[in-house]
Amino acid sequence: MKSLEELRAIRDRARAGVDLRKEHQNDVRVLVGMATCGIAAGARPVLNAFVEEINKRNLKNVVVTQTGCIGICQFEPVVEIIEPGKEKVTYVHMTPEKAVRIVNDHLVNANVVAEFTIGANS
Amino acid sequence: MNDMEKVNIKINGMELSVPAGVTILEAARMANIEIPTLCYMKEKNEIGACRMCVVEVIGARALVAACVYPVFEGMQVFTNTEKVRKSRKTTLQLLLSNHDKKCLSCTRSGNCELQKLCNDYGVDDENYFDGEQPKYELDLSTPHLVRDNNKCILCRRCVAACKEQFVAVIGTNNRGFDSSIGCAFEKDLNDVPCISCGQCIVNCPTGALREKDQCDEVLAAIADPEKFVIVQTAPSIKATLGECFGMPIGTNVEGKMVAALKRLNFDKVFNTDFSADLTIVEEANELVERVQNGGVLPMITSCSPGWVKFCEFYYPELIPHLSSCKSPQQMAGAIFKTWYAQKNNIDPKNIVSVSIMPCTAKKFEIGRDDQSAAGLPDVDIVLTTRELARLIKRAGLDFVNLPDEDFDPTLGLGTGAGTIFGATGGVMEAALRTAVDTLTGEDVKEVVYNEVRGTDGIKEAVYKGVGGLDVKVAVASGLSNAKVLMDKIKDGTADYQFIEIMCCPGGCVNGGGQPIQPASVRSFTDLKALRAKALYDQDAAKELRKSHQSPIMERLYKEFLGKPGSEKAHHILHTSYVKREK
Amino acid sequence: MFRSNVLVCGGTGCTSSHSDKIADKLEEEIKANGLEFEVNVIRTGCFGLCELGPIVVVYPEGSFYSRVTVEDIPELVSEHLLKGRILKRLLFQETLAEDTIKSLAETDFYKKQKRIALHNCGVINPEVIEEYIAMDGYQALGKVLTEMTPEQVIQVIKDSGLRGRGGGGFPTGVKWELAAKPQSDQKYVCCNADEGDPGAFMDRSLLEGDPHSILEAMAIAGYAIGASQGYIYVRAEYPIAVKRLEIAIKQAREYGLLGENIFDTGFNFDIDLRLGAGAFVCGEETALLTSIEGKRGEPHPRPPFPAIKGLFGKPTILNNVETYANITQIILNGADWFKSMGTEKSKGTKVFALGGKIKHTGLVEVPMGTTLREIVEEIGGGIPNGKKFKAAQTGGPSGGCISYENFDIPIDYNNLIDIGSMMGSGGLIVMDETSCMVDIAKFFLEFTVDESCGKCTPCRVGTKRLLEILTKITEGKATMEDLDKLESLCYYIKENSLCGLGQTAPNPVLSTLKCFKDEYLAHIVDKKCPAGVCKSLLSYVIDPAKCKGCSLCSRVCPVSAISGEIKKPFVIDQSKCIKCGTCMDKCKFNAIEKK
Repeated sequence: MKSLEELRAIRDRARAGVDLRKEHQNDVRVLVGMATCGIAAGARPVLNAFVEEINKRNLKNVVVTQTGCIGICQFEPVVEIIEPGKEKVTYVHMTPEKAVRIVNDHLVNANVVAEFTIGANS
Repeated sequence: MNDMEKVNIKINGMELSVPAGVTILEAARMANIEIPTLCYMKEKNEIGACRMCVVEVIGARALVAACVYPVFEGMQVFTNTEKVRKSRKTTLQLLLSNHDKKCLSCTRSGNCELQKLCNDYGVDDENYFDGEQPKYELDLSTPHLVRDNNKCILCRRCVAACKEQFVAVIGTNNRGFDSSIGCAFEKDLNDVPCISCGQCIVNCPTGALREKDQCDEVLAAIADPEKFVIVQTAPSIKATLGECFGMPIGTNVEGKMVAALKRLNFDKVFNTDFSADLTIVEEANELVERVQNGGVLPMITSCSPGWVKFCEFYYPELIPHLSSCKSPQQMAGAIFKTWYAQKNNIDPKNIVSVSIMPCTAKKFEIGRDDQSAAGLPDVDIVLTTRELARLIKRAGLDFVNLPDEDFDPTLGLGTGAGTIFGATGGVMEAALRTAVDTLTGEDVKEVVYNEVRGTDGIKEAVYKGVGGLDVKVAVASGLSNAKVLMDKIKDGTADYQFIEIMCCPGGCVNGGGQPIQPASVRSFTDLKALRAKALYDQDAAKELRKSHQSPIMERLYKEFLGKPGSEKAHHILHTSYVKREK
Repeated sequence: MFRSNVLVCGGTGCTSSHSDKIADKLEEEIKANGLEFEVNVIRTGCFGLCELGPIVVVYPEGSFYSRVTVEDIPELVSEHLLKGRILKRLLFQETLAEDTIKSLAETDFYKKQKRIALHNCGVINPEVIEEYIAMDGYQALGKVLTEMTPEQVIQVIKDSGLRGRGGGGFPTGVKWELAAKPQSDQKYVCCNADEGDPGAFMDRSLLEGDPHSILEAMAIAGYAIGASQGYIYVRAEYPIAVKRLEIAIKQAREYGLLGENIFDTGFNFDIDLRLGAGAFVCGEETALLTSIEGKRGEPHPRPPFPAIKGLFGKPTILNNVETYANITQIILNGADWFKSMGTEKSKGTKVFALGGKIKHTGLVEVPMGTTLREIVEEIGGGIPNGKKFKAAQTGGPSGGCISYENFDIPIDYNNLIDIGSMMGSGGLIVMDETSCMVDIAKFFLEFTVDESCGKCTPCRVGTKRLLEILTKITEGKATMEDLDKLESLCYYIKENSLCGLGQTAPNPVLSTLKCFKDEYLAHIVDKKCPAGVCKSLLSYVIDPAKCKGCSLCSRVCPVSAISGEIKKPFVIDQSKCIKCGTCMDKCKFNAIEKK
């Protein structure tokens, strides 16, 4: 360790590992349905795709978490995105590819991907 | 810190300007106020443990220990308030609550520092605090000392004295109320490398440490009509015995001492000064032989049994440097039981050889191997100066008013050189007087060697061109100083032919068998110098001041020993040493 | 990339209830479910709620599982980690609101806390330096070395108002300044991790949970005073702390954060551990330094103070663990930030170890000035079993008792001194109406008597005599004269002892004497122990009116002191009774009374 820059670089690399352990009151929450139905429909790869993409883009204040069955099993895998002060958006029939796009459009650029929402698919 | 820097303080309202950096205790002494202490020994034991010296300092959170607290500008001290007196009294009561209060039968009764303070502070109930009092077994394992921890007040002065000797075989065991002073792992003193110097005893404020008293053995021998009891007195006894009878430090009481010994009915009263002369003659011869024959140099004196034991324990590899001469005590004893017995037709078995010594290590020395010229111990009983005083008191002798009397003839005669053996540098000076005469072949008039006098721990001197030789010598007293010289020998930087080492700081005048002076005196009076002065004064007043000129030497060698270093002399006057495992 | 972090408490409390096995099992189960690349298990330091251990927290949800067992793990993994269903039955019940799950920060236990010293405890893996760095670790050292002069560092610490958390409350910045002044070829920075108060474990948890923050702070202190060597004096009885410190030192050296030329600034600083053998007195600064030197750990008179002449005779600063734990945060956030918390003369926060008669025993960090009521009733969850609060003891054996009348006094250094106690290192023991205050005083004094080094007379003999008088009182053998003797001996010991241990030893007696003198009098005059604790003063008696003669008591009595005929009242032989209380516990008819 020869400089403060070096230390900061290490910090920034290591930070992703500990960011999860914060209080997430005001964060954007990405809820992936992970009940039996969700898992059977392929929710795990979707969940992991969200985690990876969000980290790749170094998005702060976004937390990816699991949730149980929300009762719309026919739409699984289901992902809900909850932003403080905004209406909940529910995406259905999710795939990892869709997840990447939702991160890009919705979380980065604030454009809800309407075509994947439950409204467009029901 | 600038030595001249002064600070202004007030003690009991009295304004005072004292050197910066002194303690409250020292400052108070300047105002003629003695603050009581128990654990304090200046520069040796400044630990602030006993809390007797507490005083009030304005602005301080609590009472402060005057012995360690430095003065500061504007300080206001009160040494004699109600609070201070009460605190000191409580401290004494607490100490007494854990003290074996058998004061009537205590050897220190009358000069116990705890007893004195209890009197001063009006402690009228020695059982004010009752409670648990642990019982300690006495340590009687060594020939020279008794440790009675039931009387110990944990001031740790003995620990400091032992540490100053670089022996450090005692320390605190356990903690809190259970703490006690002793050897590591509570071993017996005889099982650790104690060198028997007795410095712990003379620094003990109470009766927790004392010599093994052998007065009764001496009285029994005197009372036995079969026994011929010869007593010898070491050079330093005359300079210190008077203290036991209230005489000023440094009073030479040789005449009264001899008178007292005669009244105690010893059959003969002889003078160790004579055998000190004999030691010089033998040792000088040994040194010359070593120099001429490429023997081990530097040669080191062997008069001091504490030092010899230290060398055997701590520097066994340097034993070849020790002179093989017995100590003056042992030489005298050897002569009593050989030559003197033959000449006077006394069966040496009936001789009881008693010596009065400044030293507790002498009690150990008489039991060493190779110290029995006549096949019997050269010396049978050693009494310390303190024990002799006890014998005198027990006999009801008014010591101070005794007339001066002379030693018994022949073996009662010592030169001034023998007399100064009792002070550090004395052996060296005596040796130099003889060596210079020997090397120059003249009777050199100048006999004073100031370079080796004085109470410095280490003294060095070079006398150039003495009979074509540069005489290089060193003197050390106190074993931490001895250690410095030993380490120099070991690393090859000791460029001397001859070294004098005395176990006790200041030499025998400050031996472990000498009269006890309280710490307040030891801290602020140059005890060693005052006592030594009595010896140097006596030397100066003597006609005979060189050992080899003593008429006894001539007779002894002519009639009995042959010449210095002869086979017979070796048999009778020399000894051997052993490596001791620590 | 992990989507979930499972934090398992690896503090001493949870470790002793097998949190290590829980972590092993978690890893095993996670692997069995194929989640090992999605879920990361992290062994952290203490969360503070030790009473509820072992503790497992799952993020990002922040689910706080308490009293987890190895057997719970398969369910926890499959439900929460695999299926995303929070396992409500294992949750800390306070986080369970009616229809939602509260965040931990909203629970009573954490709500009033302010975690500065403890900010990384229970958050990071203390054995991984990168996690510490991720939490801005070593940024403060970097800032200090590259942007600040030693004088500026000292000024910030002085301005912050930080005071020593080890007991006395001496201003830390002033201490550093004193040690910075003298010119010396060597100086030392020492850390007092010889926590010894009964029931206190703040420093232990800090060292276990966030060792790097101590190392970093010591390096900052080294820069401030001009020292290149540090020592941490830690109890050998803290094996986890020792191990984590060793790991932390090794990692910091590997990263060049300790050693030579740190951050290429020419600043050298290294740290070594010294293990203490657990003598309480070695928490006293001069005794601690003597012990580091390899000698018998005993205090020395001051002056000279360690800042001038300390370890090996060189200028030395010695701070406590918690004090150091605040340093990096002060450097990073500024003196004003720190100063904004606390009271006028006590800034920042204080960590307390809650113990005794309180629901949530554990570790809490609160802003200075929080009241005892808030700590006990709100954070600590109050007194169990509906008992009444009687007193709290702070400051360990050096402190005193705070009675109910001072329940609402804001806790800070000065207020505690004013009411006869002291901050101490932060032990806080709660007592209810079943505690005998004379017995409490005796308990603490027994500790001091045991731990006295024996150097000075007042502490060595005085405290022993004090204890003997107290024992007489609890045995009903004391007179009013003894009470006077007790009190004056207390003041004597305070005034005359050599070190802080002795000077404060009588505090538990004096403070109970002040607040609960009636209890002392009851023992002495009425020969009664009002709380029914002192065995010599109580007897168990069978009420013949209530006794049915079932003989149960006589069968459970360990010393066969109870006899009688079946269906007739039984009797206790008082000369045999050892007052264990078993009969009373077992009696189904409440026929046995303690008098």
